[in-house]
Amino acid sequence: MTISTAPVQADAEVLPVEPPAGGNRLFAWLVVAAGAVYFLLPLVTTGYWSLRAVKDTFGFEAYRRVFADPAFVRSFSESVVNAIAAIVLSLLIIVPTAYWVTLRLPRLRPVVEFITLLPFVIPAVVLVFGLIRMYGRPPLLLTRTYDSSRVLLVCAYAALSFPYMYRSVDNGLRAMDVRTLTEAAQSLGASWATILRRVIFPNLRVALLSGALLTFAIVIGELTVALFLAQQTFGPFMANLTRSKVYEPAAMALVAFAITWAALGLIAFLTRPRHKVTR
Amino acid sequence: MKAFLSLNGVRKEFAGSVAVEGFTLDVTEGEFVSFLGPSGCGKTTTLRMVAGFEVPTTGRITLAGEDITYAKPNQRNVGMVFQSYALFPNMTVAHNVAFGLRVRKEQAAARDERVAQLLELIHLPDKGDAYPHQLSGGQQQRVALARALAIRPKVLLLDEPLSALDAKIRDELRYEIRRIQQELNITTIYVTHDQEEALALSDRVVVMSRGRIEQVGPPFEVYNNPATAFVASFVGQLNRLSAVVTNSASGTVRVGDSEVRTTSPVDAPGGSEVFLMLRPEELTLDDQADNVLTGKVDTVTFLGSIVRVQVAVNGGRLTADLFNERLLRLPVAGESTLISFPAHACWVMSRESH
Repeated sequence: MTISTAPVQADAEVLPVEPPAGGNRLFAWLVVAAGAVYFLLPLVTTGYWSLRAVKDTFGFEAYRRVFADPAFVRSFSESVVNAIAAIVLSLLIIVPTAYWVTLRLPRLRPVVEFITLLPFVIPAVVLVFGLIRMYGRPPLLLTRTYDSSRVLLVCAYAALSFPYMYRSVDNGLRAMDVRTLTEAAQSLGASWATILRRVIFPNLRVALLSGALLTFAIVIGELTVALFLAQQTFGPFMANLTRSKVYEPAAMALVAFAITWAALGLIAFLTRPRHKVTR
Repeated sequence: MKAFLSLNGVRKEFAGSVAVEGFTLDVTEGEFVSFLGPSGCGKTTTLRMVAGFEVPTTGRITLAGEDITYAKPNQRNVGMVFQSYALFPNMTVAHNVAFGLRVRKEQAAARDERVAQLLELIHLPDKGDAYPHQLSGGQQQRVALARALAIRPKVLLLDEPLSALDAKIRDELRYEIRRIQQELNITTIYVTHDQEEALALSDRVVVMSRGRIEQVGPPFEVYNNPATAFVASFVGQLNRLSAVVTNSASGTVRVGDSEVRTTSPVDAPGGSEVFLMLRPEELTLDDQADNVLTGKVDTVTFLGSIVRVQVAVNGGRLTADLFNERLLRLPVAGESTLISFPAHACWVMSRESH
């Protein structure tokens, strides 16, 4: 099983494609146009709809109303905090794991890879029911308060980020000679903590950013887990809006879309091929 | 002389297979010792046990009177240089060199002074702010050497440090390593599969094969008086002729129709089949030496300072290395020739041991 990690690979090269001749070219353009319509039409109509909040005129009234809604600010900032917490937790689990697997247990790599891919196989609904059954009963009772449920939510998000985070980190580790760098640092007197902090993490910077931004893009609008854990985050906020409002959900959808694309754009920017390292 | 680094009966097994066995060696302070052998002979494993990256299955390693057999690599104070340089790509040259000193929490002023001093030593005083990827391979390996030396290690370990470099840089850096080693009088272990490197650099060479020491000695000794068949064939080039023992006591054998005298008794009964071994540089194309064979010139290769001539004789083929000179008459392929060698150049080996 493989997943696409195209934006993650810093050194991914684009293969030159032979331009198709004559009639083939027309067909190619038709395919591109059909694809564009398929993807862009919903966006365009959503955009159109989001601008029609005031009768018979175009305007950003729907956006203004959404941004003015205190529930938006609250839920969005809560999601941002959750995302950051999930990213930190995920990094603390994945980086040492991937490092250790690369260094000492290369034979376990397929096993770890499989485990990190489980969130793709297990639907979010199953995950959240599993969490509630496991942690919602004594002695843990993590679902008792809003804040303890939030801890559970962050843990679930960290798990959801594993496929992206592990791939990014693993790519980063493969790009450097982990074993020799570790041994060089060891012979110079460095402890494991120093090696991780001063050698491994800094050299994984770009890979970690990719993983982090992908995680951010997923977590920011996540609905299912948040809903079942009764969290008032951005996902449930949007879902709620859809039920009660007409134009605002369209505006909201575009905002969420823009955030995701900004995150992906940032990854592409940070991982662009460079001949010189700039610091 | 008192041993500074000492390996005693060291043995290392990996999942049932033996990588190093019965390794005992005393290295004195300031000595340059090379481990020489083909890949898989256990030389790197032995070095890694001294560095602490591997733990011996049995045996003891002591350094400066301290038992370090089970000490962690970061507590041994050994400097290590790797084939792949292993510079930290996120740090400048100066930060790389200073890494070990930072870990030791040495004061900034003393640290900077030490770094400057080392960059001077490796002749790269202006490269402190450069990043590793901005340096050539040779420069990177110099920096790696400086980084290893910065912590004032008790022993310097080099694991095939020149293998990844071009021939010219390799020669340059080889002398540079020896110069620095002698300047600092630092005990050094150098792992290589390149016999020329080992012979040129070392005070003593340890020739290894299949996890065992075959011979330990100064380069001249190892080359001229190989202790085993393996050493004879691995260090330097060697000719091998089929021969029959005619007189064990006087050390006489027959090659084809010719009697060949050697200087020592042969350890095989008369009539038994043996090999006669000869170094190419000890052969001459005349009849001036103790033993003379006749043969036919096969190929002539002009290598500049050396002319390599292959001659087919009864019992096999001989390669002779002649020194070039302007008045030398180059042999011609196909012509008959005499080929001679002194009795002391002969070395007889039973067929089983080869």
